[in-house]
Amino acid sequence: MAGLELLSDQGYRIDGRRAGELRKIQARMGVFAQADGSAYIEQGNTKALAVVYGPHEASKRPGAGLGAARRESRPKPYGLTPLRNGSSSSPSSATFSTGERKRRPHGDRKSCEMGLQLRQTFEAAILTQLHPRSQIDIYVQVLQADGGTYAACVNAATLAVMDAGIPMRDFVCACSAGFVDGTALADLSHVEEAAGGPQLALALLPASGQIALLEMDSRLHEDHLEQVLEAAAQAARDVHTLLDRVVRQHVQEASILLGD
Amino acid sequence: MKETPLSNCERRFLLRAIEEKKRLDGRQTYDYRNIRITFGTDYGCCIVELGKTRQSDLLVKLNRLLERCLRNSKCIDTESLCVVAGEKVWQIRVDLHLLNHDGNIIDAASIAAIVALCHFRRPDVSVQGEEVTLYSPEERDPVPLSIHHVPVCVSFAFFQQGTYLLVDPNEREERVMDGLLVIAMNKHREICTIQSSGGIMLLKDQVLRCSKIAGVKVAEITELIQKALENDQKVRKEGGKFGFAESIANQRITAFKMEKASVDTSNIEEKAEEIIAEAEPPPEVVSKPVLWTPGTAQIGEGIENSWGDLEDSEKEEEEEEGGTDEAVILDDTKMDTGGISDIGSQDVPIVLSDSEEEEMIILEPDKNPKKIRAQTASVKEKAPSKSQVKRRKKKRAAN
Repeated sequence: MAGLELLSDQGYRIDGRRAGELRKIQARMGVFAQADGSAYIEQGNTKALAVVYGPHEASKRPGAGLGAARRESRPKPYGLTPLRNGSSSSPSSATFSTGERKRRPHGDRKSCEMGLQLRQTFEAAILTQLHPRSQIDIYVQVLQADGGTYAACVNAATLAVMDAGIPMRDFVCACSAGFVDGTALADLSHVEEAAGGPQLALALLPASGQIALLEMDSRLHEDHLEQVLEAAAQAARDVHTLLDRVVRQHVQEASILLGD
Repeated sequence: MKETPLSNCERRFLLRAIEEKKRLDGRQTYDYRNIRITFGTDYGCCIVELGKTRQSDLLVKLNRLLERCLRNSKCIDTESLCVVAGEKVWQIRVDLHLLNHDGNIIDAASIAAIVALCHFRRPDVSVQGEEVTLYSPEERDPVPLSIHHVPVCVSFAFFQQGTYLLVDPNEREERVMDGLLVIAMNKHREICTIQSSGGIMLLKDQVLRCSKIAGVKVAEITELIQKALENDQKVRKEGGKFGFAESIANQRITAFKMEKASVDTSNIEEKAEEIIAEAEPPPEVVSKPVLWTPGTAQIGEGIENSWGDLEDSEKEEEEEEGGTDEAVILDDTKMDTGGISDIGSQDVPIVLSDSEEEEMIILEPDKNPKKIRAQTASVKEKAPSKSQVKRRKKKRAAN
């Protein structure tokens, strides 16, 4: 990457942001009327849509969750897997979402892995003991991928679950972070991800500071780990502020419509 | 294959043990199991044993983790695999076979993969202008891959919502764990991959602590790997025997053998005499054989039924026929007797009664089957039964 400076001397990144600055986030809840909960989020150029159905009766497929019973389940088409505590998630990227047209949006290992991770994150965050023997389906569609797809999926899913009225421990806010020239960068774009430096994806419950999911690629020296973790955590907390505002606004609008 | 579910007792036991900082196999919290690395005859085959770790549906996870750990961390110099720019290149493929799963396959798999890559030798190639010559292993020594660094995965299992953590969980511990954190590092303390799974909530300082522990562990394991590779190199050079056949011990393959245990028989006579002297005299045995018909004889009465209270009439029949079991020879003419004694000798006759629950085995059957039996019983048997009944009743009164 000869001529591409990820971090200039003045401290500006390629798109003009500072090191710890997030991209512009716009979100909307209640996008679909027919689903129980839905949300749409734009993080810079990354656009993701999440839809939630549930809680509903657990499907009668073999291995469908029965409350706390641990069962093995075979993945169904489109990556939908019923879970132990009855929530399932299925992310898929639209074929037109990335730079090159993707031929296989479902079932490839990357999206399987992402589905698995989303599932784990939300299994831990949603108060599943309030909904025994029932299933919550979360579908996420990535419409445009410009870096930070996992984070966008998680943020969209959080909003959708809130829209559906399913009780959660806390917001689940996610953000990606990287490390270049001794500085930690927050919210990586596709160009910065493709440069091959270390990338960290973090999903956080802001109130308690607990990490729901942590994933890192590429080499990073142990001494820098703390710095990058802190940058990602701070970015996630900033995302939380934004999402919180979005939720409050949505509730206000809804109550106005109901004529309070 | 469905795994047997873990019982609640076992789960509780394991969790309590972890709270008290004890592990099933006696290891400390941060101890690894013994790692054995053996190489095959061909370059690039290696077996890693981590305790008894063997082969589930976390294959996707494992696959992706190894892919990220090995490929994204650029441990192999991919540029050196190029033969002719833009035309020919070497393709490297790592096949992992999980032989046995006793917990923590991720670590074992990562060690196996990287050691195999270190061990592998590819054929030598020379390029002169447009010509590409491929030398076989006989013509020129095969060339090792150029490896930048050796990433090794270390797994941490969390219990009780992150209060306790263990390194290198075995299979039982894995089943009770809340979640897993995998950190892949190399000996230069560079983190190649971190992945948390299982939906546990971690705190930042926990992650940092784990990374420090991982640093220590990885240094030990890398040293082990180096030694194993050097050993193998030495053995091959000296022309000694190498390969799986030499390294895998014979006793481990399928044989189940008990070592001879020596028994002390020096004072066996004295002991035997003691036992005989103290033993009670054997009970009197009424051993007068009674011949019913040619081919059917009765010796003794059989043991009294001790299955709880049964109706008197039921019992008398069983006792009468219990003895015949031992001396019965099924003759064509004596099918009735044989048949009845078989039914009678069963302590719990399976009887179809008038009750609605037809599948129930009833210990106290109705009158009906008795009548049937009575009808088919021969006249001779009825006569002695009455006298025996009287004796039985007296015995029970005494008890």
